[in-house]
Amino acid sequence: MRFVDEFRDPQMAEALLQRIRPLVDKKVQQLGRPLQLMEVCGGHTHAIFRYGLEQLLPDMVELVHGPGCPVCVLPMGRVDDCVAIAEQPDVIFTTFGDAMRVPGSKKSLLQAKAQGADIRMVYSPLDALQLAKKHPEKEVVFFGLGFETTMPSTALTILQAEKEGIDNFSLFCNHITIIPTIKAVLDSPDLHLDGFLGPGHVSMIIGTRPYEFVAQQYQRPMVIAGFEPIDVLQSVWMIMQQLDEGRCEVENQYGRIVPPEGNRQALQAVSQVFELREFFEWRGLGSIDHSGVRMREEYRQWDAEQKFSLPNLKIADPKSCQCGEVLKGVIKPWECKVFGRACTPETPMGALMVSSEGACSAYFTYGKVNQADHIPSEQLA
Amino acid sequence: MCLGIPGQVVAITDEAAQLASVDVCGVKRQVNYACVLTEGENAESLLGAWVLVHVGFAMSRIDEEEAQNTLALLSQLDELNEEMDAIRASVEDSAS
Ligand code: SF4
Repeated sequence: MRFVDEFRDPQMAEALLQRIRPLVDKKVQQLGRPLQLMEVCGGHTHAIFRYGLEQLLPDMVELVHGPGCPVCVLPMGRVDDCVAIAEQPDVIFTTFGDAMRVPGSKKSLLQAKAQGADIRMVYSPLDALQLAKKHPEKEVVFFGLGFETTMPSTALTILQAEKEGIDNFSLFCNHITIIPTIKAVLDSPDLHLDGFLGPGHVSMIIGTRPYEFVAQQYQRPMVIAGFEPIDVLQSVWMIMQQLDEGRCEVENQYGRIVPPEGNRQALQAVSQVFELREFFEWRGLGSIDHSGVRMREEYRQWDAEQKFSLPNLKIADPKSCQCGEVLKGVIKPWECKVFGRACTPETPMGALMVSSEGACSAYFTYGKVNQADHIPSEQLA
Repeated sequence: MCLGIPGQVVAITDEAAQLASVDVCGVKRQVNYACVLTEGENAESLLGAWVLVHVGFAMSRIDEEEAQNTLALLSQLDELNEEMDAIRASVEDSAS
């Protein structure tokens, strides 16, 4: 496939690894400890596991899998709200497939569907809008989640509903924003990160400037990275060059997709429909100020939070779940007490086990783990 | 959900709703192009363009030149590696 296959070339990967290794050796010797790099975005976590990039990189580079998977940070109470909406009569509840198996306090959307709720997976919010046109007697609700990457698509869908005067359509808005999240990670005392792989597709919307504080205030290098193996390796090389030369900058490896100024049309649609919430609750991370958006008053007619009365309860994660510590990189997924035992992709307890972008599911699926005893094979050696 | 996929715009199908037909790996799908058309630009100018398709929306026009630049830089690395390998081999040969 064009713009994909070229970025999977094994020879280029080897060429990059040859550049990365001596820089890592040098830096590790200087610091006397291994290096920690965080990939913020779940898409990178997925790519890193799928292509075994962590094994290719020198042992002294530890990749910390950050909080950038919107499905993984969805709190239980929000899933309960979804189920409550979906179980109303005359509602068709639509969602991206990723969210179906996230556990709520009593059930997931998948379980609610099995019990008879009309819940449908859609590929695009526009497909949900089509459903609303086809079923004027029903209320069609779309479960909007994701960072800035998916925000423009839901905003534009609402604007389209307004234009066509479709009022049996609404959005349950759970969108979150990346910058406060990265700040929260940087302010977390348990972390010692040496650099960041920046989220590629969020950045094609917001551009590269909003990250300047990472380099300036927190003195960490950040490289906005694409999602193919070569993209990730080149980005690691760029971070290593910065560390080697004592620079801290925001650099853009993913120039073919990310314009430095972002996408004006998309940002305009977003700010027309959404406004910041004072705070938003995250699974495992608690409440982060200004990290979510809601719909503006002018669009309340399409706002599911206005149309339905929601339980809106704060529900603590099960005690045995250690999703928060995994999200912050304090422990590795397999160190969670229930990993691979009570918590597997078939029977997830935490959301990190649900999405293919979640660290726990990635570890489980891509065989970093000896299936017999659930201990990582490298630790057995 | 957060990953996108490259596709090529093959036809403008509904200007009012800003929809185009985009070929993604041989499968054609209606895609909204509102985010990749700058103000005052004619929709026809998107024909043949490569875009990143994400949940039914074209979210970025792929900059072919940038893609080429990245690849050119990397293949230089690769050539350099081969040269270095050749040099190392020759050094080892003469040492033995
Ligand atoms: S194994 Fe399950 S409960 Fe433990 S951190 Fe991972 S997702 Fe959460």
